Amino acid sequence: MTRNVRRLIATRGAMGGAYVLTIVALVPLALVLVYTIGRGLPAVTNLDFFTNVERPVGVPGAGVAHAIVGTLILVGIASLAAIPVGVMGGIFLAEYGTNRLADWIRLGSDVLIGTPSIAVGLFAYALLVAPFHHFSGLSGSAALAVLMLPIVIRTTESAVRLIPGGLRESGLALGLPRWRVSLQLILPAAAPGVITGALLSVARASGETAPLLFTGFGNPFLSFDPSQPLAALPLTVYHFALLPYPSLQQQAWGAALVLVVMVLIINLASRYVLRRQIRLAGQL
Amino acid sequence: MAAVTESVASARRAPATPPDRFRLLTAVIACAAPAALIVIVFVLFQQAWPSVTHFGLGFLVGTDWNPVTMNFGALPGIFGTVSTSLIALALALPVGVAAALVLAEQGQTTVRGLLGTGIELLAAIPSVVYGIWALYVLGPWAFEHIETPISDRLGFIGWLSSASPRSLFTASLVLAIMILPTLTAVSRDVIRAVPRGMKENAVALGATWWETTWRVILPSARAGIVGATILALGRALGETIAVTMIIGNNYQIPPSIFSPAYTLASVIANEFTEATGPLYPAALVELGLVLILVTLTLNVIALLLVRSTAARAAI
Repeated sequence: MTRNVRRLIATRGAMGGAYVLTIVALVPLALVLVYTIGRGLPAVTNLDFFTNVERPVGVPGAGVAHAIVGTLILVGIASLAAIPVGVMGGIFLAEYGTNRLADWIRLGSDVLIGTPSIAVGLFAYALLVAPFHHFSGLSGSAALAVLMLPIVIRTTESAVRLIPGGLRESGLALGLPRWRVSLQLILPAAAPGVITGALLSVARASGETAPLLFTGFGNPFLSFDPSQPLAALPLTVYHFALLPYPSLQQQAWGAALVLVVMVLIINLASRYVLRRQIRLAGQL
Repeated sequence: MAAVTESVASARRAPATPPDRFRLLTAVIACAAPAALIVIVFVLFQQAWPSVTHFGLGFLVGTDWNPVTMNFGALPGIFGTVSTSLIALALALPVGVAAALVLAEQGQTTVRGLLGTGIELLAAIPSVVYGIWALYVLGPWAFEHIETPISDRLGFIGWLSSASPRSLFTASLVLAIMILPTLTAVSRDVIRAVPRGMKENAVALGATWWETTWRVILPSARAGIVGATILALGRALGETIAVTMIIGNNYQIPPSIFSPAYTLASVIANEFTEATGPLYPAALVELGLVLILVTLTLNVIALLLVRSTAARAAI
């Protein structure tokens, strides 16, 4: 009797403890969001913030338009390189992925996902900055593309795997060659999942700072030229946050808020798309 | 007759399939990921070579970092990187595994879905946002409510003295938050992969939730949880920006965990664009090389452990 009471208390206590710890895990999320919104909102509510570029300390009307443009260009070029390559790679792993080569590619991709991003920055510097003697947006995009590639490969693989074998077999039974089955039947069916993966990789790349420090480098002016140094939102947050001027610190919080909103919207949207995909795949 | 059987046999023989060029093409493209990995390590090796040959193995144990005398040693950086990551892991592990147990349970899917979404969003927040938050919110708070009380009472123990808002400890706190999603997500997957039958058997024998978890589920998911832990450790070792903003950037083996320190990644982030001469950049790249080799090794071990657990579940 007493022993069973003890067991009951132990299991209730442990279960309660586990739930409490799970909620503890979410406290930082809430705090980060509350503070970023609270401190960033005053900067963001001023329209100049989105239309103007950096101004010297004390001059009103400073903005981060150049950083937003820079981030869009950097991530855009990186996506053009990483997403098609990653999707094709993911199709290989899903369609032909039962051999040793595929196992090695999976391991390589997973390890690349965990590679320190600053090391990827050093790599892009050595290959694309040092030989040309100046920083450039392209080198930053290259670093970001390396970080995006394994994410796209792995998410494409799991999205394509969700498609039931019947669809593939019907295509093959009609005499379609393998590549048409993969690209014209399976890939469209898996599109929502593939797009989810691409969006997640875009979200990750938009928030990266370390690989841009010595590739994209930052630029206080509005520039559309990827062969020259480009500004980026994460770089703005990083540089301004460490300066002792309250006006610049506020800009940093504003830029952080823009980043967080962007990343969270991408994440929540892709999550919604993915859930629909899983439901649809169940019906096929 | 002979001709007839021959023609039947040839008809039965499978038609010669043309070589699958699509397969070859996608295979080559897929190799881009492992190839990138190899090229990165090779390029870093090549860039670090002047420093590797100049300092030899002494680089790993040298404590000096002096661009004026061109004398570089990695030990304080290695110490900072390893100690922040281990403290972060110790803080995050209980929380991460508990959250994974909750998320791996069956039923109550809406509550669990919300909790899971929250933890995954924690992973989505950019590192630099954690950095600015740590710099202005978490650091000062931890200084006032954790570091100062502890160092006031226990300051006679050397490594708990001299509180500071930017320190090894505050960096570890941020890292703990940042590795939590990795730890939770991977642990949840390996816990889910424990065969249902094992759990049902334990429950049928009258075991409570806690007894089932502690004696059946956790032991059988152990290898996978160790893998998750090592993966999280790899993330912590390589994390750059948030740590750079909060650790205080002082190239020393700190006397106390509440003192400013430095990590390998932070040194590179702060100094690389200003490094001149042949030896200084090479020494910085060698720090990166040390970092990437350690994280690569840890990641490979971790992934193999996670896979072995997941593969067993498939049986």
